[in-house]
Amino acid sequence: MPVELVKLPDVGEGVAEAEIVEWHVAVGETVREDQILAAVMTDKATVEIPSPRAGVVVELGGELGARLAVGSPLVGIRFGANDDVANDKAVARPDGRALANDVPVDPQAGSLVQAEQPYDRRPNDGHPTNAHRNGAAGVEVKLAPVRSIASPAIRARAREAGIDLRLVSGSGAAGRITHDDLAGYVQNRSTASAGPRIAQRDDSVEQIKVVGLRRRIAERMAESTRRVAHFSYIEEVDVTALDELRKQLNARFAGSRPKLTVLPFVVAALVHAVCDFPQVNGTYDDDKELVSRHGAVHVGIATQTPSGLMVPVLFHAEALDLWTSAAEIKRLAESARQGSARREELSGSTITVTSLGDLGGIATTPVINRPELAIIGVNRMMIRPVWQGDQFVPRMMMNLSSSFDHRIIDGFEAAQFIRRTKELLEAPALLLVGN
Amino acid sequence: MQDSAAEVVIIGGGPGGYVAAIRAGQLGLRTVLIESAALGGTCLNVGCIPSKALIHAADAFHSAGRHGEMTSFGLSVKQVRLDFARTVAWKDSVVNRLTGGVAALLKKSGVSVIPGMAEIVDGKTVTVVTAGTTMSYRARHLVLATGSVPQAIKTLPFAGNVISSTDLLSLPEIPARLVVVGAGYIGLELGIAFAKLGSNVTVVEADERILPKWDTALTRPVARRLEELKVSVITSAQAQGLTAGGESLLIEQRGHGLRELPADKFLVAVGREPRTKGFGLERLDLAMDGKFVKINDRCETSMSNVWAIGDLTGEPMLAHRAMAQGAMVAEIMAGKRRSFDAVAIPAVCFTDPEVASVGYTPEQAKMDGHDVKVATFPFAANGRALTQMDDAGFVRIVARASDHLVLGAQAVGAGVSELTSSLALAIEMGAVLEDIAGTIGAHPTRSEAIHEAAFGALGRGLHV
Ligand SMILES: Cc1cc2nc3c(=O)[nH]c(=O)nc-3n(C[C@H](O)[C@H](O)[C@H](O)COP(=O)(O)OP(=O)(O)OC[C@H]3O[C@@H](n4cnc5c(N)ncnc54)[C@H](O)[C@@H]3O)c2cc1C
Repeated sequence: MPVELVKLPDVGEGVAEAEIVEWHVAVGETVREDQILAAVMTDKATVEIPSPRAGVVVELGGELGARLAVGSPLVGIRFGANDDVANDKAVARPDGRALANDVPVDPQAGSLVQAEQPYDRRPNDGHPTNAHRNGAAGVEVKLAPVRSIASPAIRARAREAGIDLRLVSGSGAAGRITHDDLAGYVQNRSTASAGPRIAQRDDSVEQIKVVGLRRRIAERMAESTRRVAHFSYIEEVDVTALDELRKQLNARFAGSRPKLTVLPFVVAALVHAVCDFPQVNGTYDDDKELVSRHGAVHVGIATQTPSGLMVPVLFHAEALDLWTSAAEIKRLAESARQGSARREELSGSTITVTSLGDLGGIATTPVINRPELAIIGVNRMMIRPVWQGDQFVPRMMMNLSSSFDHRIIDGFEAAQFIRRTKELLEAPALLLVGN
Repeated sequence: MQDSAAEVVIIGGGPGGYVAAIRAGQLGLRTVLIESAALGGTCLNVGCIPSKALIHAADAFHSAGRHGEMTSFGLSVKQVRLDFARTVAWKDSVVNRLTGGVAALLKKSGVSVIPGMAEIVDGKTVTVVTAGTTMSYRARHLVLATGSVPQAIKTLPFAGNVISSTDLLSLPEIPARLVVVGAGYIGLELGIAFAKLGSNVTVVEADERILPKWDTALTRPVARRLEELKVSVITSAQAQGLTAGGESLLIEQRGHGLRELPADKFLVAVGREPRTKGFGLERLDLAMDGKFVKINDRCETSMSNVWAIGDLTGEPMLAHRAMAQGAMVAEIMAGKRRSFDAVAIPAVCFTDPEVASVGYTPEQAKMDGHDVKVATFPFAANGRALTQMDDAGFVRIVARASDHLVLGAQAVGAGVSELTSSLALAIEMGAVLEDIAGTIGAHPTRSEAIHEAAFGALGRGLHV
């Protein structure tokens, strides 16, 4: 049976190479058509590469973390008719160095367990156009991706929510996914809980290769601290009024508008402050020695995701009201966490906000998201005693820890900018009176 | 040179391009649509619409003519006349009404329509020469929707009496003798129409049978009707070129040698080619898929923010596919998450009788390794078909044996094109045979045959 080389496809705009971040198959494994073989990562997006056919994997194109050029062999697959493959036992794992012709594939030796048969729904027929044919008979069959059975409305809903329907099991006839199945999946995913902890000595050492997004983050952080002259500035903000306003607004619009966290207020304050200090909302191309000041305030929202830090972008924050901004921040964070953020949503910020939420500590030294010039870190809110004239009063306090690129922004400017931000946050009504 | 900026520039105003433009306009994107010929593209001007208008006129004329003698239901018609000039004028008025409608819809959506030939400068810039001045349009998104053109045969170039479907649809008079090269859907639709209008029609096909991409069960009723219409069909035959005087087509038929077919017009209908040349597309150096521009399920080409839709992007080359892609691309450009994930795209041959297919045929399902149940229901047992005096054909349903999931459906018979939407709906919804059997349809209709076929597949047929 012939061996087919699955090549690394062109995964996106002008990308010449991609990094292997996950192998989903091993040499010797029987794969179904469209089963995911590997995940590769380009600049920011991770792309899963499916198998074009059913067959047996005979070679992998590289180790985890290897960078492959577009068009180079990713996986060698020995393919056969669907039936043969379905009956193949997982074969012993040979040394798959060469595109071995020696992988034992013996349909007779098969177990009785039928590999799960993919359901290939052909996306279309191909209109029998009137092509000039030289007697080639028969009907062309193009194999289509394995799909889940679901109505177009459900498929659209899943796509909006960034859910891969193949992960959802269907309770309907023939395994059809119902609206309830999808809702159930979404709910389960968000309530998946950690198991009980067992105290036990554990001397194991696991070595984890730094690949994919983590490698990218590592490179970026090092690059940023190496190339940018960081200085950090920490200031205290009295957010008692803001917290009250926030609670009132949330109570008043409960159910009808998105819930407000502190973040949209911080974003709004930045938008206002940037009007007075436009130099802070800029990017610096140090190769060209060129600073670009941006009219738009595209706020990067540093977000913790299961695979590491990502910075989805809240575009045109200057044009958003508090609630739209809140809803969009929530959506961006979710799609970043689910790994479904689009590439365009992950670049183009002009200034970044980072917040560790309740974990936020007292002070931090955030690393600038190069080529930006400033990053605003939000520390944890807490009640602290504040001396007011003749006594201590309990106030809701929060620190802002911000870093600036000292090559471009002077300490004095930075301090003024943060003072303006503080004023706005301390008198939050100003944030509601329009931009 | 004057400059103009937009968010979206679309090249080509066929069903792909104009739908993309309307939707983009509706979504608030500043959109420019460039069309060198008439709005509506192939489909409205020289394809689906004029061909169906002609087929309708031919059908009416032919069935009235058949009633020259007393019919079994008591109708007789003396002296049927057809004023072909009026037929053509009427066909043109239908086309004009529709293209006018497209223009109005584009206007309503705020799309600027630029008449002229677009020339691609780069992935963001297109120039158009109109009335001596060159305008340059720059956009964030470029949508290619340049469609397709009739494919020629080297030895039989379009010229003189060798004509394309476009030419045939605008003939001022009915040719006495018509040879059709190619028995695919376009050749047969038009061949049958002209046979009904009175032409003496001969069809030449290189394959062993007509409509080679459809299975024999489906095409048999069409072959039978061709015989009734006295259309001669020559299969396994290659067109070699015209004879010296240009009066006959020389063909070579396997096992029969060379032969001459004299005619007044020779229609070459051997397929269509994507329009990828002559407007600077090569400059973009896009990845191709054979002759077609390669796209993914979001209609993205290999260049970012350059999109391609419709006939340019491959099979099936059909208007409804182009439209669905157009609407989707507009939504993606407006920031929505979409992908082209239709399970089935229906295909229809507007021959007599009509042939329609959605999803898998039994043969395709088997080739893909599915164990299937196939059930057919003949129109001969359908009340509506009998009342219409046309009981040729059947409906066929293909379902997965294990769980009865409907994988495909085909039909041949009068008016079966109208059954495709419910068949497509069933497949898109993931219906099983029991769903179809459990749905009540109106009686008496031809669509009852769908219901009955599902009954048959479940082993409880009622009317057979
Ligand atoms: C006889 C016939 C019958 C048919 N019947 C059916 C049918 O029944 N059902 C069906 O679904 N399909 C049918 N089709 C197919 C259908 O017409 C096409 O699939 C459909 O028109 C494709 O749409 P499109 O938008 O991709 O391209 P087109 O409709 O081909 O439109 C492309 C447009 O782009 C314009 N253009 C190209 N290059 C440039 C340029 N550089 N600058 C400016 N403008 C440019 C062209 O002038 C044209 O108007 C038929 C076709 C034919 C020929």
